[in-house]
Amino acid sequence: MKHEDKHISSYASLAIVLAVLLFLTAFSVWITGFHFGAFTVAVALIIACVKVATVLINFMHLKFENLFLKLLVTGVFVMFALVVVLTFVDYYFR
Amino acid sequence: MSVHNTHAEHIDSETGKLGMWIFLFTELFLFGGLFLVYAVFRAKYSAEFHIAAGELNAFIGTMNTVFLLVSSMTVAMSLTAIQKGDRKLALFLVLVTILLAALFMVNKYFEWSHKFEYGIYPGSEVLKNMSHGELLFFGLYYMMTGLHALHVLVGMVLLSINVVKIKSGSVNSNHYLMLENSALYWHLVDLIWIFLFPLLYLIT
Amino acid sequence: MSISGSETQVSYLDYQGKHKGIWSWLLSTDHKRIGLLYLYAIIVFFFVAAILGLLMRIELIAPGRTIMEPQTYNGLFTIHGIIMIFVIVIPGLAAVFGNFFLPILIGARDVAFPKLNLFSWYLYMIGAILGVLSQFIGGGAPDTGWTFYVPYSVESSTNVIYALTAAFILGFSSILTGLNFIVTIHRMRAPGMGWMRMPLFPWALYATAWIQVLATPIVGITLLMVIAERVLNIGFFDPALGGDPVLFQHLFWIYSHPAVYIMILPAMGIVTEIFPTFSQKPVFGYGAIVLSSLAIAFVGYFVWGHHMFTSGMSYNARWFFSFLTFIVAVPSAIKVFNWISTMYGGSIDLKPPLLYAISFIFLFMIGGFTGLVLGSLATNVHTHDTAFVVAHFHYIIFGGMGFAFFAAIHYWAPKMFGRMYNFRVANIAWVLNFTGFNLLYFPLFIVGLQGMPRRSYDYLPQFQSGHVLSTVGAFILIAGLLLMVYNLVRGARKGEVAPANPWKGVTLEWKIPSPPPHENFDDIPVITSKPYLFGNNSDNK
Repeated sequence: MKHEDKHISSYASLAIVLAVLLFLTAFSVWITGFHFGAFTVAVALIIACVKVATVLINFMHLKFENLFLKLLVTGVFVMFALVVVLTFVDYYFR
Repeated sequence: MSVHNTHAEHIDSETGKLGMWIFLFTELFLFGGLFLVYAVFRAKYSAEFHIAAGELNAFIGTMNTVFLLVSSMTVAMSLTAIQKGDRKLALFLVLVTILLAALFMVNKYFEWSHKFEYGIYPGSEVLKNMSHGELLFFGLYYMMTGLHALHVLVGMVLLSINVVKIKSGSVNSNHYLMLENSALYWHLVDLIWIFLFPLLYLIT
Repeated sequence: MSISGSETQVSYLDYQGKHKGIWSWLLSTDHKRIGLLYLYAIIVFFFVAAILGLLMRIELIAPGRTIMEPQTYNGLFTIHGIIMIFVIVIPGLAAVFGNFFLPILIGARDVAFPKLNLFSWYLYMIGAILGVLSQFIGGGAPDTGWTFYVPYSVESSTNVIYALTAAFILGFSSILTGLNFIVTIHRMRAPGMGWMRMPLFPWALYATAWIQVLATPIVGITLLMVIAERVLNIGFFDPALGGDPVLFQHLFWIYSHPAVYIMILPAMGIVTEIFPTFSQKPVFGYGAIVLSSLAIAFVGYFVWGHHMFTSGMSYNARWFFSFLTFIVAVPSAIKVFNWISTMYGGSIDLKPPLLYAISFIFLFMIGGFTGLVLGSLATNVHTHDTAFVVAHFHYIIFGGMGFAFFAAIHYWAPKMFGRMYNFRVANIAWVLNFTGFNLLYFPLFIVGLQGMPRRSYDYLPQFQSGHVLSTVGAFILIAGLLLMVYNLVRGARKGEVAPANPWKGVTLEWKIPSPPPHENFDDIPVITSKPYLFGNNSDNK
């Protein structure tokens, strides 16, 4: 069983990633304290997307995987988004 | 680029990893159905969702988020440790991950039982007397966090299997597909929560 | 008894490994044996569901009560649908022929995850048996239709939860098979077999597997939501609690429309293998077939609303789904052109596989054209929930996937069992099948247009003549099916010994003995050219 030249993430880099994630979490808790209306939710969701991307790219090693897998992961999220959008073509225009 | 295992004991690591990634996609779509329902009802009942979310304890939610984020780091670090051949450290990090998961579940238990005390659970009288939007919010809350908790439990089981295998040496610096795939699964559990947290707790 | 083997291996039918006797089958991780396990199960469940269908046709031969009560009829059409859709048509081609032939066609010894493959079969059996059991326990056979629409699926006192659970388990089996096939195709192709040198049945399985993997989970969670409605009163689909029953329909069809492409893509892949072999000519437009398969899989995700045109969706949703429904028909039409062009100018050998493949085109096209009638908004209002729909989907599913299944078994049975079947009897069975099929379903188009509703136990007297024809057709079809299966079984047991390559095919399965040896190949082949080269004048085109 081979492990082709595996990139090994350093403990320090992983800790930095965690720090970023914790910061983003704190930031999202703080910012949703303010009332920007629908904007607040959008911000919280965008921050969540950034966190998800961070986990995917760093903890889940996507940065070091082949292009196909990167495209695949992106594609899966895009497919899901399209399904949601299409459902809303019904609900929004009723 | 291909591999040929006849009746190999170990599955090639790239093959095994691709399998796990595809399985993660299925999990994303499984939760995706619930996110779709959430989106539809949030759009329809935004004010009532806002009120209902206020009933949740954002502090516990944040604590749980922190637990899972840290546990993602510890399981990622355990992979580094096993790759470097540091068995003891890998074992320790996996155990910490399981501990953090357990803390998450304890929190969840207290959260839910607190809600039950107040009569807030699917089908309850209290819920029926709330507005439609609030009722649906809590339905989604229970179903989404419930399904997620189930996945946390499965993750804990997978990680425990890794504890046994690291101890016995069958997961080591040359063969660590099991740990790598369990870590990927665990990260998915974290990813789902990263979306759940703002949608349920922060829309106040 | 071993028919033939390689120099170093016994046939997969005779191989005895760790386990002996029946356990060497029930615990086998050999993709070929697993394919046969699925085949035997499918034959049994198919006849169960077919008999249920026949009983329905007997009931419908006359208006009013013929042989059963309305409640029984509702239970029949529900379980007939559940078994046919979830146990036969969705898994069928991939689980039987995909399992058996995918590794061989790409020059591999097995799939990527053999143990997971066996686990998929066990899940399949548990789900199928649970579905059948739901007929007999407790509250009685579910009567919601296989589509489980709310609110009735929440209110019905019958065993809905058993049926929902059965469908969930069957879905999980489907997901794991799809996962296995994707990884197999990515990682286990023989040296030299680039993507564009892979035969077209594996390509079809690849496109199908992505649908299995990405669409099925959505119906999984939806079925769980219905259970939550029944047990917990969760409210998502209950208008009294603020929910929306149409949301169920969205979630259900977001899977169930792509599911029909799970059914048809492998079928198209199989006939795409048969046409070149029996024309002794390469497939016309290999690239177009690949692209159209992927296009069908992709676009097929975005047409689900055409099942819901009368449900109250917004106008924008309706025209958008209708538009995309017309678009998704295009790649299918492209394939039909490719198949006909493959045969054109070829050296045609009208053996049973080709006979079934050609009738596949004919029946599939009728199904396809009538799908456009349903897909256009104005005509849909008239035809929705009528017998026209029933005829349409039987032409597509049974005429399409079903006849492709018959084509496949006639094509590959000599390879799988090492023995030939009788061609004359096979052709007679074909006549009965083709005649019976059209007599059974074509009248339903007519009575449907005249106003005959679907899922209806009783009907107005003016529809009776259509129903009589249809019921006669059902009997002829059953006779044909029985004769066909009898001929194949007799052939498999006592037929003439089959050569390695009875049809002069050029894909990898014809280069190994019939039946295949345990590990498929003595040495993994090295691929040096594109597929479907026949070593005759046609290769240079």
